[in-house]
Amino acid sequence: MTHLAVEGFATPEFDYRLIIPTLIVFGGAVFGVLVEAFLPRTSRRPVQLVLAFGALIGASAYLLLVTIPHVAPGSVVRAGAQGTIMMDRPAVFLQALVLLLSLVAFLVFAERRIDAGGDSFTPSAATIPGSVAERELTRAGVTQTEIWPLALFSVAGMMLFPAANDLLMLFVALEVLSLPLYLMVGLSRRRRLLSQEAALKYFLLGAFSSAFLLFGSALLFGYSGSISFAGINEAIGTNLALDPLLLIGTALVSVGLLFKIGAVPFHSWVPDVYQGSPTPVTAFMAAVTKVAAFGALLRVFYVALGDYSWDWRPIIWGAAILSMVVGSVLAITQTDVKRILAYSSIAQAGFILTGVAAANTAGISSTLFYLVAYGFGTIGAFAVVTLVRDASGEATHLSRWAGLGKRSPLLAGTFALFLLAFAGIPLTSGFTSKFAVFEAAASGGATALVIVGVLMSAVAAFFYVRVIVLMFFSEPAPDGPTIAVPSFFTTVAIAISVGVTVALGVVPSWVLELAGDSAVFLR
Amino acid sequence: MNEFPWLTTIGALPLAGAVVVAFLPASRATLAKQMALVISFVVLGLTVAMALQFDADSVAPFQFVESVDWIPQFGISYAVGVDGIALVLIALVAVLTPVALLADWHVIVDDGKHRVSTYCGLVLALEGVVVFAFAATDLFLFYVAFEVMLIPVYFLIGMFGGAQRSYAAVKFLLYSLLGGLILLAGVISLYVISSRELAEGTFDVLALGELSLDPTTERWLFVAFFFAFAVKAPMVPVHTWLPDAAAAGTPGTNTLLVGVLDKVGTFAMLRLCLPLFPDASQWAAPVVVTLAVFGIVYAGLLAIGQSDMNRLVAYTSVSHFGAIILGIFAFTELAGSGATVYMFAHGLSAAALFVTVGFLIRRRGSAMISSYGGVARVAPVLAGVFLMAGFATLSLPGLVSFVGELTTLVGSYERWPVAAVIAVIGIVLSALYVLLMYKRVAQGPATENVKGFKDLVPIEAAAISPLIALAIFFGFYPQPLFDVINPAIERTIDQVGAPAITPDVVSEAIGGVR
Repeated sequence: MTHLAVEGFATPEFDYRLIIPTLIVFGGAVFGVLVEAFLPRTSRRPVQLVLAFGALIGASAYLLLVTIPHVAPGSVVRAGAQGTIMMDRPAVFLQALVLLLSLVAFLVFAERRIDAGGDSFTPSAATIPGSVAERELTRAGVTQTEIWPLALFSVAGMMLFPAANDLLMLFVALEVLSLPLYLMVGLSRRRRLLSQEAALKYFLLGAFSSAFLLFGSALLFGYSGSISFAGINEAIGTNLALDPLLLIGTALVSVGLLFKIGAVPFHSWVPDVYQGSPTPVTAFMAAVTKVAAFGALLRVFYVALGDYSWDWRPIIWGAAILSMVVGSVLAITQTDVKRILAYSSIAQAGFILTGVAAANTAGISSTLFYLVAYGFGTIGAFAVVTLVRDASGEATHLSRWAGLGKRSPLLAGTFALFLLAFAGIPLTSGFTSKFAVFEAAASGGATALVIVGVLMSAVAAFFYVRVIVLMFFSEPAPDGPTIAVPSFFTTVAIAISVGVTVALGVVPSWVLELAGDSAVFLR
Repeated sequence: MNEFPWLTTIGALPLAGAVVVAFLPASRATLAKQMALVISFVVLGLTVAMALQFDADSVAPFQFVESVDWIPQFGISYAVGVDGIALVLIALVAVLTPVALLADWHVIVDDGKHRVSTYCGLVLALEGVVVFAFAATDLFLFYVAFEVMLIPVYFLIGMFGGAQRSYAAVKFLLYSLLGGLILLAGVISLYVISSRELAEGTFDVLALGELSLDPTTERWLFVAFFFAFAVKAPMVPVHTWLPDAAAAGTPGTNTLLVGVLDKVGTFAMLRLCLPLFPDASQWAAPVVVTLAVFGIVYAGLLAIGQSDMNRLVAYTSVSHFGAIILGIFAFTELAGSGATVYMFAHGLSAAALFVTVGFLIRRRGSAMISSYGGVARVAPVLAGVFLMAGFATLSLPGLVSFVGELTTLVGSYERWPVAAVIAVIGIVLSALYVLLMYKRVAQGPATENVKGFKDLVPIEAAAISPLIALAIFFGFYPQPLFDVINPAIERTIDQVGAPAITPDVVSEAIGGVR
């Protein structure tokens, strides 16, 4: 608005059909907070479950039935909310993926049968660990349900993050998705001190990286005079004197985004936070946050900085190689299952960055496919981790997992399947995704990345195989952990993950085509 | 019958059978073994039926071709077809699988930790995947089969093996995975090149053979492919996983490991490295031949010094594979056909040796040569069978290994005379290690160790006799083998395009003495 409207007030352009899925999730979260405030404790859980799942299912239904036909080819309406949200094909793909993965992760959240005290979350986060108050609440069998509105807020932020079309919306979405996550990390029922430490680490480091992102955004605004991605891209190359602003702004924004995906050298939070959080939250974080963050990364680099690719490619190359190497090598010496999966996540982030580094359409579609395969595999793997328990909670030390294959072949076989998928054995989703990403990188001229990638896959295979050997070929510990029998929630979640992992390995063409069609960004 | 999907059936039937057998309850151990045996016989029958319909005079590069789109985005199809080389090796797999099951009939028992049905399922699964590896005409399908076959072998060694089985299984898996991942880099690069040169990328082996590659790229790709196949073969110096795996495995596992799995490596060298990278193959040939010949002598010497019979047989395999690789990289039709016949023959002879050593181990419980002595006195048939297996390994004339070795060496002499001469030392060494082992184990007065040895029982006889019978039959009448192999080798050698070896023509009158 360059002048005060004298004739009349022009309503802002919102195009609700594009943003209603996100609004549904936000609405579910807000109602969830109201439920927490007004309903008596005993009736909260069923209502929260209905709200949470209902919001996700409603949002997915709306996305599939109304938004996608609305943005189908031929329609020119893509940017909503005054152009701050761009619902082009990658955004729609990623929003649908976020909703689907969150549904599966919420199934793991809802599990109540495997822990004697109730669910995986502390009855009251405000009590000091080891205090009398905490003991009383635990003895009374209290379970808290604040996790649901928190998670819904986070999901809403994750839906906005890949669709954000300017720097401000990017930052807002980042904060909306991160702040509830900082809290959720600290809500573990068992090992509360570890959990609270992880939450504090995540919060501090996350706040730092958000600050970097904001500062970088400011520099980019200073360079281009616009906060919208289209505006930034237009300004590239027009003002050589201000190029340092562009370079430093790009670098700082990369720091913020690479932190979110857990790439080296901004990965130090990953092992501690993944280990300390309640495992359902780890599953949610490891899978869905990465999807959203990669979506935002792709959009920032391909849309906002598309014409600047010569200069940002070295950043991605470096981050990819370092992540693959550091993630694979450091995982070899780990002795905790959750930390092994955390370092494996860092390595996987490196592999996905290889697809981003390709800087061609095949790179985008292979990244999208890899996110699908990785998301389901990760949630499944962490869901299996929740089932191996002893008296003090989950038994995550690797020595406790020895001989699991003999005592519970189905569980060990499922976990082995996920590990083989991460390792990239053919006929699993991991092989198809690695193949797609390496092919895109090779045709994009990034052959060095492919070579590092295959070598690091061999190194990574070593520690994946080590866990499989431990499970199947070692003697079980005499006072070994028990395998909790899950209720229908976790069972369905694991079954879905297994199904997707095998299907994407054997018959991936449908999803490959979907990813290929979705690989066109709009400015 | 061109419409019947022979290859898919022969490959999928064992896989389906594996699933059925593996889920039998633990109490039905004998039923599991019987079912697996029946399925393997059915597969053998189908293979023989398919082989009889193979047209040796056809000019088509592959027969029994089936092709369906699998992942169109990457030009990947499920495409199978056989030429003579693949046909012979699939027949070898079909023969060795029932032999392996019979050889382990009494060895694999339910010990509460692992089930017989799992074992039978793994053996059948391995058979199915290996058939697909030999039959694949799509490079991606070949790669998938190449990697997937590691999993049944890993569990066979790791679950059912003897001492040190876990170490041997992991060593095998990691070596093979490393080779496989380097191969993956090569496969992807080849696909990317094909998508640049042709309209769209493809994995069809024939189409990829038509690509023109720039020399440096071709050499790098050759190295990537060759490394993986050298680990699989195994070739010195990446052979160290085989002795450990053989020492830990059961006789049936070793039969399949050395008789079947390793053949995939040399088969792939012949069928993939040579046609896809002809100039690079010729460039690398001097190094490869040197390593191969070194391997023949080195592994042969090591075999003589072994005191564990399984490790000894493993080293003999490494030595023989050196000869096979020498024959492949001689780039002449005679050597190529000889190498293929030698592959078939070696499968039979290595299997025979492992099976017989298994008989001995079952009686005495030890694989050490020093634990035996004078077996011939107490169990003459067993010793006789052992001697026959040994003769097959040392390429005694009259057995098929002689045919293979002779043609390989004569064919290699045409191009690499020095190497061929040194390789002949391998024959002498094999005589040494086989006969020395036989002397120490079977000859001489019966010692305390072999008291009470029972002679061959019917199941053992059933396991070993087809191997010896086939070795003798094809030793005297190898023509059918050469008939199907020669056209395929001719095509491969044509593609390599190495300069033909023509004899010097004596233009002066013969008989005149100057």
